[in-house]
Amino acid sequence: MAEISWPWQYNFPPFFTIQPHTETRSKQLEAWEQLITDYLKATKQSTIDIREASNTPLFNNIEINRKLSQEAILTILEDMAKAGKAAPIDKSKNVWEVYWHSLDEWGNMIYNWACNNGFNNSVCTLFELREGDNTADQEFHNLDMNVLVKALKSLEAKGRCELMEFDDNQGVKFF
Amino acid sequence: MDRFEYIEARLFDGENYLKRDKNVKIYDGDDKTQFIDGEVLLTTHRLLWGKPGDIPKGLVCLSLHLYYVFCLEEESGGVFGLGGPKRIIMHLGPALPGKRPGPAVVSPFHYVKLSFKDGVDTAFYKALSDAVAAKAWERQTPIDTPRTATSPTTASRPTVTAVNSKIRSGIVGIERSIEEQHRATDQSISVAFQDLTKLMEKAKEMVSLSKNISTKIREKQGDISEDDTVRFKSYLMSLGIDDPVTRDAFRSDSEYYLGLAQQVSDMMVAVLLECGGIMSLADVWCRVNRARGLELVSPEDLLNACKLLRTVDAPMSLRKFPSGACVLQLNSNRDEEIAKSTSDMIQENGYLTPEKLSQIANVSVLLARERLFTTERLGLACRDESIEGLAFYPNRFLLEA
Repeated sequence: MAEISWPWQYNFPPFFTIQPHTETRSKQLEAWEQLITDYLKATKQSTIDIREASNTPLFNNIEINRKLSQEAILTILEDMAKAGKAAPIDKSKNVWEVYWHSLDEWGNMIYNWACNNGFNNSVCTLFELREGDNTADQEFHNLDMNVLVKALKSLEAKGRCELMEFDDNQGVKFF
Repeated sequence: MDRFEYIEARLFDGENYLKRDKNVKIYDGDDKTQFIDGEVLLTTHRLLWGKPGDIPKGLVCLSLHLYYVFCLEEESGGVFGLGGPKRIIMHLGPALPGKRPGPAVVSPFHYVKLSFKDGVDTAFYKALSDAVAAKAWERQTPIDTPRTATSPTTASRPTVTAVNSKIRSGIVGIERSIEEQHRATDQSISVAFQDLTKLMEKAKEMVSLSKNISTKIREKQGDISEDDTVRFKSYLMSLGIDDPVTRDAFRSDSEYYLGLAQQVSDMMVAVLLECGGIMSLADVWCRVNRARGLELVSPEDLLNACKLLRTVDAPMSLRKFPSGACVLQLNSNRDEEIAKSTSDMIQENGYLTPEKLSQIANVSVLLARERLFTTERLGLACRDESIEGLAFYPNRFLLEA
């Protein structure tokens, strides 16, 4: 697991209580969202299960003995969802996908990469995008499959690419 | 107790002295009364009770007409009924209209007890029960009884009494006497409430009338002088009707509340300055009452008086926090300043719990908590809720942004 540089807030006990004061709360949520994104990026994860998350180091600071409650995590994720940075996967809102970038941003990033590397009008498999040598230095390298498909679908909606199914493999054609 | 009347100790025409006893205490039902260690005098018509020596002098004493009594009982005083009877229980019929004023207007009981310090004199008890059974008042009409032949209760009751006194010894007798008691209770309740319902009907009229007038006054604000409005308001207030013009929550005796408000303001200035400008209303109440010593003030009166503090230009005012806590606060004591000083204290200590702040600032925990909440509301502190309790930290979210 990659080393994470915890922000000062992480060792500040009030960080683990959702603040009632509006202005304070918005600052607090902002800091949390930043921290969650950084943490997931560093650990290459993109889903959070609220029921288990309370025990991960992200939400549980053993040193100062503070833990973010499940309701609080939900509050933060719902706030992130408003900005398109997270989305619940199940109806009971227990499992969440968190996007370090919004789906649009991901899509654009992939499209730019494709344009810059001459993949226009040609087909790539999703496996290539995620794990191919060509993308090793890209941010979307090793991106979660579900997130990748969603990003490409948002791109498809804009008419920039087309998703297609092979036998048991998925591919994408950029225009 | 409500069947007794105050009257001068003189015999009516046709009334005869029967018996007397001393060291007698009266109980209203099971409750003690102020009438202790007196003398009783039994006549053919009445039972008189007075302070020792009052009856022979013909002074005002208590009188109970014997026609109220429909049943007598002896009650033993000692443990396991040893030592002979000490008290006589007299079961009474409902109070009749036209009765002279007595020591009590209403009483929840339908019996009184006579307690004899030296035990019940059998001769006295016999004389009493004989007098009740003899019904001397039926043979001739004493001048000063409110009872007349037209009263319907008069006609029916003596027969009941007769039945009661005859077969009081059997189970049927006990059942009958209980039944009779129920009926008597029922009757006296309806008598008591008769006047009350009338009053309520009238009160409704009065309120609607006053509302009518007040709306008229408001409509014709220009035509009627300020003086008239004020005078009208004061009339209504003296009637005990809410001031319908301003719809304030104050009732009559507002003058009393104004005076009290003035007193509270004079008294509390120094105290408030001493303890940081703010004090919970419960503490204020204690302080005020301790200062008054006697003639204590009820919490409600104090609250009403505090609501009027603004009108008497007091240097303090009543304040209700969002949590519902009421405090008395000096007007010079502004939220911003409280928050500022509190946040300084938090900075000094690293963090503060309400308990810690209450020790440092020498205020109650309740107030300390309110101070911290105020500070938080103004964005100068942030909270930390954990299993260890509630604590407040400097608001580094906003400070270090």
